[in-house]
Amino acid sequence: MSDVVEVRGLRKVYPMGDDEVVALGGVDLSIAKGEFIAVMGPSGSGKSTFMQIVGMLDRATAGTYLFEGNDVAKFSDDDRADVRSRRLGFVFQSYNLLPRTSALENVELPMVYAGVPPEQRRDIALEKMDIIGIKALADHMPNQMSGGQQQRIAIARSLVNDPALILADEPTGALDTKTSRDVMRLFSDLNAHRNITIMLVTHEPDVAAFAKRIVTFRDGHILSDIPNVERAA
Amino acid sequence: MNLRATLLLAVQALVRNKVRSSLTMLGIVIGVAAVIITVAIGAGARVSVQQSIASLGSNLIVVQPGSVTQGGVRTGFGGASTLTPQDGLAVAQLPGVAAVSPIVSVHSQVVAGGNNWQTQLTGVAPTYTYIKAWSLASGRFLSESDVASIAKVAVLGQTVVSQLFPNGSSPIGKTIIIKGSPFTVIGTMTALGQSGMGQDQDDVVLIPYSSAMERLTGLTTVNLLMISATTAAQVNPVQAEVTALLARRHRIVPPQPYDFQVRNLQAFAQAASSTGAVMELLLAGVAAVSLLVGGIGIMNIMMVSVTERTREIGLRMAVGARARTILNQFLTESIVLSTIGGVIGVVVGLLGTVLVAQLAKWPTLVPAGWVFASVGFSAMVGIFFGYYPAQKAANLSPIEALRFE
Repeated sequence: MSDVVEVRGLRKVYPMGDDEVVALGGVDLSIAKGEFIAVMGPSGSGKSTFMQIVGMLDRATAGTYLFEGNDVAKFSDDDRADVRSRRLGFVFQSYNLLPRTSALENVELPMVYAGVPPEQRRDIALEKMDIIGIKALADHMPNQMSGGQQQRIAIARSLVNDPALILADEPTGALDTKTSRDVMRLFSDLNAHRNITIMLVTHEPDVAAFAKRIVTFRDGHILSDIPNVERAA
Repeated sequence: MNLRATLLLAVQALVRNKVRSSLTMLGIVIGVAAVIITVAIGAGARVSVQQSIASLGSNLIVVQPGSVTQGGVRTGFGGASTLTPQDGLAVAQLPGVAAVSPIVSVHSQVVAGGNNWQTQLTGVAPTYTYIKAWSLASGRFLSESDVASIAKVAVLGQTVVSQLFPNGSSPIGKTIIIKGSPFTVIGTMTALGQSGMGQDQDDVVLIPYSSAMERLTGLTTVNLLMISATTAAQVNPVQAEVTALLARRHRIVPPQPYDFQVRNLQAFAQAASSTGAVMELLLAGVAAVSLLVGGIGIMNIMMVSVTERTREIGLRMAVGARARTILNQFLTESIVLSTIGGVIGVVVGLLGTVLVAQLAKWPTLVPAGWVFASVGFSAMVGIFFGYYPAQKAANLSPIEALRFE
């Protein structure tokens, strides 16, 4: 069975006037099913660009990217949108919930675009919210919830289409230490007990410590790729 | 995404921003209401002009006696006494003629009990009500047997009724004295109001033309022949035939001048109705501008909405919305807004029309075509002015949209 993500020689170059800025200078990386990988690095290291390309929000300048064995370069924009809705889950630093929209409807959103019939959406959304332990918040609006609660809603939203990979971009960046730990524990549990593949982008070592493998980026290259001995066991 | 799902998404988004949605709609509501009201006033004005022309008798042809020359002095038209009731009977036989009435006019005093009044006495045929499109208010009109028997009967205009019978009692069956002869009042006419020339058309007493000739003028000729053609299209042919017939009957051999003149009111009617049409177009133009402004308002708010919801758009794209889906959602939002605005505008416009009719006493008429046209047009405004913002939303890069603060 092919890896969820396999990139070879991935480059991303942004033109800037006559010059160009190399965000990724040839990255090789594979993510197998069931992995929990943390991508670390200072700002400007290319970790966010890497996540955007893996998340199909952006295209690489050169190199190959196979997602579940398929060459992403051959995907049209609509194909990429369809993969995002059916095979990927996103969790952002700022939660990105729709305002004035109930938690339940927010969780249902990816299913709207994946074409899941309305009757099924509610059941699936409630089931995932139950797993995260936030079923009681179903009727709450985002502005009635704490940051931790909103991020859990966002995590439930990323789960509804049973994605092959969850991409979490600084998911604890806006949370306090205790809440951060709770959210990371949730990711750990989802990975450990439900075999969900997770790629986490962070610059905080405490947060990265929850992952089973830590990849560090610097200046567009992978500096280190080591198993987290503590957790990989 | 099917149509229903897109519509649902759009409606949900609109409901989540009730205040903004209703303010956006307001522009279209006012635009459409303005169209409906101004068109209603314009159409009402046109119809009332048409009605007043019809009351003159739009298919009306008038035959006046010609001028005569006595010792080198020419009288004007009407100076000759050449038209007879027999001419009228002959004209009535022509094809395309609906009705003919000889007219005998005399100005005289009329007395009823203790009241007297100077008024217009008009000798007419029973066809007069048809020709003038004038209906009875009470009693009956003059009949053929009244004409044949030179009956002393009269039908009164409303002004005469109020002058001679000021206490409000019914004049039917009462006797009025005209030039010493007692006439029995058999009916009253509905009020016509002023004519186009400012004359009080209700200040009149109608009597059989035979009685007017016999008892008032003592002549065998009449002042006018009023002819009604069956249709507006028949007016010109009938006019030509009447001219030919009367020339024959009066034994006029060219180059001898005609001793009569035949005229019709079509030129007047055409001028009046084309003036009305120009007015209506002008009003509709003003209203269309307000609808356009409403449309620009929609575009304005949709642009703001796209900017304000940039992150939402980014998120929708990240969780799998295609560019086309985003375009459709925003376009649908704008169409739904403008169509609902259009429907509300029609309702407001209809209420406004009723209000204008009640308060200003203006005649109004709402053509059904305009109602559908304005709803359809406002939906099109939604498409036209919604497309650019929707396109802008769909072309956003998801990464930049998600980063947008």
